[in-house]
Amino acid sequence: MCGIAGLFLKDQKLAPELGGLLSGMLEALSDRGPDSAGFAVYGDRDNGQIKLTLRAAPSFDFAELMASLGKVAGAPISYQVHDTHAVISISTDREAAVASALVGMKDVDMVARGKRMAVFKEVGLPADVAKRFGLNTMTGTHAVGHTRMATESAVTTNGAHPFTTGTDQCLVHNGSLSNHNDVRRELIRQGMTFRTENDSEVAAGYISSQMAAGASLQDAMTSSLSALDGFYTFVIGTETGFGVLRDPIACKPAVMAETDRWVAFGTEYRALVDLPGIDSAKVWEPEPARVYLWERH
Amino acid sequence: MPTVDIASSPLRELNSALHKLTPNTNETHWTVSNPRGQHNIAVGLDFPVEIEIDGHVGYYCAGMNKQARVTVRGNAGQGVAENMMSGRVHVTGDASQAAGASGNGGLLVIDGNASARCGISMKGIDIVVKGSVGHLSAFMAQAGKLVVLGDAGEALGDSIYEAQLFVRGTVTSLGADCIEKPLKDEHKVELKKLLDDAGVEGVSPDEFKRYGSARKLYHFHIDNVGSY
Repeated sequence: MCGIAGLFLKDQKLAPELGGLLSGMLEALSDRGPDSAGFAVYGDRDNGQIKLTLRAAPSFDFAELMASLGKVAGAPISYQVHDTHAVISISTDREAAVASALVGMKDVDMVARGKRMAVFKEVGLPADVAKRFGLNTMTGTHAVGHTRMATESAVTTNGAHPFTTGTDQCLVHNGSLSNHNDVRRELIRQGMTFRTENDSEVAAGYISSQMAAGASLQDAMTSSLSALDGFYTFVIGTETGFGVLRDPIACKPAVMAETDRWVAFGTEYRALVDLPGIDSAKVWEPEPARVYLWERH
Repeated sequence: MPTVDIASSPLRELNSALHKLTPNTNETHWTVSNPRGQHNIAVGLDFPVEIEIDGHVGYYCAGMNKQARVTVRGNAGQGVAENMMSGRVHVTGDASQAAGASGNGGLLVIDGNASARCGISMKGIDIVVKGSVGHLSAFMAQAGKLVVLGDAGEALGDSIYEAQLFVRGTVTSLGADCIEKPLKDEHKVELKKLLDDAGVEGVSPDEFKRYGSARKLYHFHIDNVGSY
């Protein structure tokens, strides 16, 4: 099972509603993925700044951490706490000091890096997870979310989606890959590190490694068709892009809708029914083995 | 003429009410509003009633249908009219995978496209798709007719038995044991009737090619092991 929801805004007047809309989409997919949920939100970009998403144990004292990181950085840290996660925004020239201070720190981990992207995921029902993180209040240009019914690895926060393996890059997956161990070994040989034994993280890593080698998102998605074996529907986010890809057999369900204001992906149409203007949207099933991509320029 | 809004009342109540109809019912025309992609709408009907659903539906709409005429004004999710026995199901938009799967009888009409595995394991149902069908359509199709006015995707009619396939456009590839066969007058008569029943106008049976079984895979033969 598993459910995927993705929303890419063309009309920035909808930006304040992004989180609220995604929240409704995820909740509609609860019975496809009741064990955990997560989402990546692409918000505003501040030139010279980078966003680091930190994840900590429950009731972790972020204020104390930020005070000590502030000393390392030589300036107060600007941050927002969302339940077990916090998003730091710091200037890129102070990032190295902060990142190295976080290495090996107990109970807190840096889980995502982006100019725009922040990633939140936890074990629990999608509606509860969205509420804990305050997804309703999040704004931005595009967002990718997932509701998980675990098949290939344990129900843990690390095993929830999205997986991020590169700056501003994330991937969510519905399906199961059969050659992920092979691909993981090859990517590790190339210097990539993985947090989990999860097959979907390998797919994310594959896309990131291709893009790090200079491939466009379009090219990386195209080459994943031959590199990755198994069942999949992927929705992939980058700083400016939103991509959708289904395996050649189209094992997993998928529905897309588009208006002049937005493009949306849902594992089922039920996830799309509350989007503004859905009644007049173009609604279709994405074709197998075809790369769908929207980019903001 | 009951109208049921299934956004404000449980779908189970609608299906239950439809199952409790009696042969002499006067409630022969139902309208269902706000389907919002819900699954299993109007499944298991067994009376000659007319059901109109205004909007997109989820999985298995009109599954196991007998006698009823069900119209979906929108798209249908996976398995629309699966295992239909008789009656008629009409989708004015597109249908997702496995439309008409395992159907034993009746007519399924899809005005738009149907995606993969349309008519998989069909056992006597007739299916008319005015657009195109996806890959592996009519997989292991046993009986009935699949008519496609557009194109067919990869591996059409793989491991087909005695279903008959008519495609007006191109076929990406034929599946194992599926071959093109001559379109004889008797087939044109059957095809014309189906096109008329589906409300297709201005299309001649002569525009179609017929496909069916080469009958080489019915029984296991060691020479065919590579085809299984």
